[in-house]
Amino acid sequence: MIDVHNITKRYGHHTAIDRVTFSVAKGEVLAFLGPNGAGKTTTMRILTCFMPATEGTARVAGFDCADQPLEVKRQIGYLPETPPVYQELTVAEYLTFVGRLRGITGPKLSSALDQSIGRLELGSVRHRLIGNLSRGYRQRVGLAQALLHDPPVLILDEPTVGLDPKQIIEIRELIKSLAGSHSVILSTHILPEATAVCQRVVIINKGRIVAEDTPEQLSARLRQSEKVSITLKACPVDCEMKLRAIPGVLNVFPGQAGGSFLLECELGRDLRDEIARVAVLSQWGLLELRTVSMTLEDVFLQLTRHEDHLSEPPEAAVSMVSAEKTEA
Amino acid sequence: MTPVQAIIAKELRGYFVSPIVYVVGAVFLFIFGLLSYLYVGFAGAQAIQLMQMQQGGMAQINLNDLVFRNLFASMRIVLVIILPILTMRLFAEERKLRTFEFLMTSPIRIHEIVVGKFVSVFLIYLGLVGLTVLVPTVLMLFSDFDWNPIWTGYVGMVLLGALFLSVGLFASALTENQIVAAFVSFGMLLTIWLIAGLGSLFGDTTTGRVISYVSYMEHYERLVRGLIDTSDLLYFGSGLVLMLFLTHRVVESTRWK
Repeated sequence: MIDVHNITKRYGHHTAIDRVTFSVAKGEVLAFLGPNGAGKTTTMRILTCFMPATEGTARVAGFDCADQPLEVKRQIGYLPETPPVYQELTVAEYLTFVGRLRGITGPKLSSALDQSIGRLELGSVRHRLIGNLSRGYRQRVGLAQALLHDPPVLILDEPTVGLDPKQIIEIRELIKSLAGSHSVILSTHILPEATAVCQRVVIINKGRIVAEDTPEQLSARLRQSEKVSITLKACPVDCEMKLRAIPGVLNVFPGQAGGSFLLECELGRDLRDEIARVAVLSQWGLLELRTVSMTLEDVFLQLTRHEDHLSEPPEAAVSMVSAEKTEA
Repeated sequence: MTPVQAIIAKELRGYFVSPIVYVVGAVFLFIFGLLSYLYVGFAGAQAIQLMQMQQGGMAQINLNDLVFRNLFASMRIVLVIILPILTMRLFAEERKLRTFEFLMTSPIRIHEIVVGKFVSVFLIYLGLVGLTVLVPTVLMLFSDFDWNPIWTGYVGMVLLGALFLSVGLFASALTENQIVAAFVSFGMLLTIWLIAGLGSLFGDTTTGRVISYVSYMEHYERLVRGLIDTSDLLYFGSGLVLMLFLTHRVVESTRWK
């Protein structure tokens, strides 16, 4: 549905995004993850035809963003960073205006209105001025605007900002329910959000894509070793040494609580039963044994924080991505 | 309802919920009324003087010359000051409140946005001008005058207003600050006014005539005097189209920044 090929956007001498390439299949939900100022919004603005790319091509539903902007705009529902609402209109008036701009009229418009108001639970504020609504409601009105014409492609710039936890869960459920029938790109810097709703994550930093994969595979790929955490009831002095002696264990770190250890093991080897056997034989009183998987948070920090990782040419990341793709 | 009509309806709604229209409308009508009262007062004083000189005979006072021509001429400066206030919000507010991005990513063309916004503010202006017809209507009850120069005066005021509004719309597209927008259009309108003075410096030469043609002064004056000349209509029409075109270019260019 969305094909972005090598787009670059420069503002004067500042390069906001640099040779960004990715695609979104029909019905897929893609998270755009990155720190503030990474180029997420710029990419979205190019896709929605708000601004043209300096180089490269972007296509939405087969239409080129540079040559057929009107066609592209018809395919897209867009929620910008700040919800684009008119404070002097009521919710119903605003959504009517949005529908008319999109050429929806008559009974079609009123049914679209009812549907999007129902979907975002705006019924109770339907006839209130948007200017008097809270931030969370405005955000939902903005989302209702993007969903009004039931577009095949949704581009949501930080859709859950300003919502309370209950609303965040509801919006995530809503986005999940859109998967399958709609292609969605959402940008976020909240990592659990990406894990919760997206099938694929693109991590962007300083205008470049540094990784692209499913949340699980991303953490698997960047894991350099298997980690196992154990907690023991009794730990004699020699237990650390004994743990180290298990073949395959690379390193043992004592944990914060007494009796807990973090074991670093060779990649691709599951040493849990071996560790358990040693612990039981030595009568240490094994209380807990579990593998520690790398969270997306760790992946994100690893990819975006370390300057040395970034100074590597982006080709490395890209080839990693393509290698992963061919495996899949 | 087409997208243009939707924009017009939304803009009108925006004007009537904000105090701008009420304040601008009240000031505009008050000034128009006050000026009419003053000119009628002067005309009355002159009539009394004439009657005294003619020893009791009824004096014929020409209200067209003494009241309406002066009234329409004075409205120029009122429009220069008031209309930028009416237009300043049109684009500046959209940019300030970030709804501009929404408009630009909606499946409508930029010229539809520009025309929609212009028509909405023009309709409001027409409404205000329409209300002022009360003044000649009331005067008709007490006096006799020729309606033709009054109608051409109104045509002039409508055309002049349309030109001023398009200049204001252009200025509003330049910035996200409404005060700046109002001031820029105010400055532009005064400059075009003063170009007439520059033209008269050159006297009745070709250069002088060309420079004077650029200013709205002589075109408006002819209409107020009761003359309808195609070249004047052409001036206002082309000025309007030029300003709307420039607005379109400015709005378009914001995409490239």
